[in-house]
Amino acid sequence: MSGPRIGILALQGDVREHARALDAVGARPVEVRRAAELAAVDGLVLPGGESTTIGRLLRVFELLEPLRAAVVAGLPVFGSCAGMILLARDVVDGRPDQPLIGGLDMVVRRNAFGRQVDSFEVDLDVDGVAGPPVHAVFIRAPWVEKAGDAVEVLARVAEAPVAVRQGPLLATAFHPELTGDSRMHRLFVDIVRSSGSGR
Amino acid sequence: MAPDWSEKRRHIMSQGQTAATAGPATDSARHAGTARVKRGMAEMLKGGVIMDVVTAEQARIAEDAGAVAVMALERVPADIRAQGGVARMSDPDMISEIIEAVSIPVMAKARIGHFVEAQVLQALGVDYVDESEVLTPADPHHHIDKWSFTVPFVCGATNLGEALRRIAEGAAMIRSKGEAGTGEVSNAVVHMRTIRAEIGRLAALPAEELYAAAKELRAPVELVAEVARLGRLPVVLFTAGGLATPADAALMMQLGADGVFVGSGIFKSGDPARRARAIVEATTMFNDPDVLVKVSRGLGEAMVGINVAELPAAARYADRGW
Repeated sequence: MSGPRIGILALQGDVREHARALDAVGARPVEVRRAAELAAVDGLVLPGGESTTIGRLLRVFELLEPLRAAVVAGLPVFGSCAGMILLARDVVDGRPDQPLIGGLDMVVRRNAFGRQVDSFEVDLDVDGVAGPPVHAVFIRAPWVEKAGDAVEVLARVAEAPVAVRQGPLLATAFHPELTGDSRMHRLFVDIVRSSGSGR
Repeated sequence: MAPDWSEKRRHIMSQGQTAATAGPATDSARHAGTARVKRGMAEMLKGGVIMDVVTAEQARIAEDAGAVAVMALERVPADIRAQGGVARMSDPDMISEIIEAVSIPVMAKARIGHFVEAQVLQALGVDYVDESEVLTPADPHHHIDKWSFTVPFVCGATNLGEALRRIAEGAAMIRSKGEAGTGEVSNAVVHMRTIRAEIGRLAALPAEELYAAAKELRAPVELVAEVARLGRLPVVLFTAGGLATPADAALMMQLGADGVFVGSGIFKSGDPARRARAIVEATTMFNDPDVLVKVSRGLGEAMVGINVAELPAAARYADRGW
């Protein structure tokens, strides 16, 4: 059985690292820059990057509405860092006009852990990921400020949720694509496989 | 996965750099300022445009246009050329205003070898320090020891050996130098092609020839071997110096840049906001000529520029650093 076709939104950010991680768990990564390319994937990764930049480019290249529609239709999506912000219902400390895709019933705080000098690595227990702790890299990272009842919190740093899931949507404030540990990507590919959207 | 060289350096050089205390509560197991965190920050900027700005207002225009970061400096390179004099780190007030004005990362320049300017920039909360040949070098022999900082550094390079010497000193991101403040892209092209070609040659060498290659490149053999194995630098490679149009940005992306710095090219042009947007869109869709046509229309005047060939040797910034 060939692996699912998983798109990576390739407008800006660490696309190559996600491609490598998806490849390592047997998925077939493809870059997505156009609405037509979006229609041909079984799941989608929103990479790390600058959420304001990606948001603006989503609008310019007419991907925002197709993406919102795909999320409503049940497309599995995994967002890391900027990708987590894009999946949020609302953002604190963002820009007032910052376009979001939404889908996860949560409010995130942008750059919640501080500036780059405050960026850090830490070992983290993540629900649903078996084995040793996940080594998590936080870079000017957001956290989840408020989450609805439907949102399952998979991991926290101190009090703040930093990994969440709601149905086929998965988001992390950290960057599993930077460490060579592919377990978060495996979890996402399992979500894609079991969602059986038949796309 | 972790590169041996950088991890070794991390352990040797960054003793005691742990425990970031921002956040909801302290967590003793947190490690800040690691090679992975520094290099990872640059990975997040890939496919993006970093714009030189000299005021908070320009920083807002850059953020509105979709810049992934801004570079705060006192004078853009074109003005440094025109006005002459010693070019130094910017006024802390100006940098703080820019940090306040935007939500995207803010970079700032320190003079080559001026580690105290870098200490000041780190204390200001700048997200990346550019140890830059555009400013007047402070030390003719030594670059900054960048391992000893929590803030990451980007440095310029004209060839692979220079890039690897900067990485050996702790640079977490490299940009090809080009010739800043000219609006002329030819040197950026030459430097990017040179770095790529030298990487290609290394990748084709048998392992036993890497020692001599390291000697020729004047770079640590561990880094040379890593580049040969990866087929690229172990850090992100941006381009800079003389980009003025959307087509310039797309050219450099097609030549293999991970992203672009635009200095004087935006705010020395007729319609900075529009040109900034166009360059961002061209950098994303660098392989799509239809988009490049669309974004290149109606931009108004580009910066006038200077032909690099007419610059006397003393006026070439790319020769600064070694």
